[in-house]
Amino acid sequence: MAGGLTYTALESTELSTAEIYGQTLVELGREHKEIVGLSADLAGSTKIGVFGKEFPDRFFNVGIAEQNMFGIAAGMAKAGLVPFVSTFSIFAALRSADQIHTDICYQNVNAKIIATHSGTSFGQAGSTHHAICDMAVIRSMPNITLICPADGVETAEAVQAAYENFGPYYIRINRGFDRVLYGKDYGKEYKFEVGKAIEVNPGTDITVIACGSCVYQAYQAAKFLENADGLKVRVLDMHTIKPLDKEAVLKAIQDTRRIITVEDHTVIGGLGSAVAEVMAEAGKGCAFTRLGIQDKFAPIGLHEDIMSMLGIDCNGIINAVREAMNKDFEEDDDWDDEV
Amino acid sequence: MALTKTEWLALEKKAHELRRLCLDTTFWAGSGHIGGGMSVMDMMTILYHKYLNIKVDDPNWEDRDRFILSKGHSGIAYAPVLVDKGFNDPEQLKTFNLTNSKMGIHLDSNKVIGVDASTGSLGHGLSIALGTALAARVLGKDYKTYCILGDGECDEGSNWEAAMSINAFKATNVISFVDRNKCMIDGRTEDVIPLEPFCDKWRSFGFHVIEVDGHNLNELSEAIDYALGEPDAPVMIVANTIKGAGIDFMEDDYHWHYGAIDEEKYELAKKSLDKYYEKRKARAEKEGI
Repeated sequence: MAGGLTYTALESTELSTAEIYGQTLVELGREHKEIVGLSADLAGSTKIGVFGKEFPDRFFNVGIAEQNMFGIAAGMAKAGLVPFVSTFSIFAALRSADQIHTDICYQNVNAKIIATHSGTSFGQAGSTHHAICDMAVIRSMPNITLICPADGVETAEAVQAAYENFGPYYIRINRGFDRVLYGKDYGKEYKFEVGKAIEVNPGTDITVIACGSCVYQAYQAAKFLENADGLKVRVLDMHTIKPLDKEAVLKAIQDTRRIITVEDHTVIGGLGSAVAEVMAEAGKGCAFTRLGIQDKFAPIGLHEDIMSMLGIDCNGIINAVREAMNKDFEEDDDWDDEV
Repeated sequence: MALTKTEWLALEKKAHELRRLCLDTTFWAGSGHIGGGMSVMDMMTILYHKYLNIKVDDPNWEDRDRFILSKGHSGIAYAPVLVDKGFNDPEQLKTFNLTNSKMGIHLDSNKVIGVDASTGSLGHGLSIALGTALAARVLGKDYKTYCILGDGECDEGSNWEAAMSINAFKATNVISFVDRNKCMIDGRTEDVIPLEPFCDKWRSFGFHVIEVDGHNLNELSEAIDYALGEPDAPVMIVANTIKGAGIDFMEDDYHWHYGAIDEEKYELAKKSLDKYYEKRKARAEKEGI
């Protein structure tokens, strides 16, 4: 179970990730009167409506007008409020990219974007509602912190951290229920810190760096591979995509020389790219695979089915690890001296 | 309430000084958005010298009135206003637009003191203004937010999202203006994408529209007074203006949306502005009470 948390929301693992977000925001809102909520006719779907019910005078539903919503949020933040803004990830990051870029990031205001239905989690809705580029867009904007929590527990932590730290935040969460990673069965101390990866499973043979719902899948794959293949698979929950935990990446390169990234997002510009940038700049040879959406639009279907089709579920990760174990990488005798 | 003759004349003098400073800044920079700078200057003058409740020695005073220049490319007019008011070092105008200057075409709220929002991407300002206005409501403050849009800017759909929500939230503490100079970069507004019937558009979005001569300080003052008088609907002041107002060779010519000023043009422009000021003074003398 998570350590140090007081949220009653976390006592229940029966809630969807978005519901936990809603509850967490309500609890923060009770303590901090400067928190306001905004939504664009998605109060119910994003669960920010829970906040709106409790604090009707501090909640603003602007209708289906995302650009306006992010501009309003910027103005509110400029005047001393802490706006939490929720809509679907695709509308936040793409429809309102200009407002997030200019009104929120350029002005460096204290606005928090909690974007739901990220990745392919609203699978049946098709590519109009799959957010497969949001991390690439948001990650490229200065001043903003980008977090992709693994489950509801981590979402609550991330939302609290977003409140506690000044500046723009973008937290992408899924639609519906996520597998609970950091629940009562986790069995380890859980400590969330922005910009610090969490080692979910120790390992020395290969490292799987994942974010969002892929972390649970990677953890399951690691357990399976330990039993079936005797492999020690390090799994890192890279919840913060920006600023990326470069140390954890460099250590993984040093310790395991084989890295796989897994994300429910295009492999261009998201977690895989961020890790690749660190690796390339370090100049270290490493067997490397990016799992994610391979520069195409995802199919329609249930989220778990799409994850399977994309190869970002447990089986996909197992196959990728086995393949990566046979990959060569350039040896470098002086490595230990350089790191 | 109408301006007194004394007040009107004092504002005319200030508006003239600010037009001159805008011209100087354009000359120092070599070029700039002087056409729209001249059309908006009367609105900015009356706001900064009669209405805005601000403190030069405490620019971030939380109870201050807010001003959002949604047509951010009029920074060439906004910077002189803020410098003249005492917020920023006058020397900064001499490096306007130059490398490493704090002041570029679109003023940065994190670099230029007194700027409430960084604008420039059009169609953003009215939403930001609504944000500061709703914040006043949440925080129990009675400051006002003033916002000036360009007319060409009103092509952007986001303005109409903001308009709908200002009406929906009954945010009468936002006082909006459009600098209706009828020109945009590529031509006249009515030739590019017609805006008319422009006032009716705002009316249909729930605004009380007041159409004024945007170069008549008395008319502007009366419109703002109305907006401050607790109206039952948000107020949009459509200020009919002339692009390049006061500089005869620029007036009403969309090519002067952005232009370069050499020594010769600078001298001609100064003379024209002086003449314009004389005409404006005469009107205030005649019509002022």
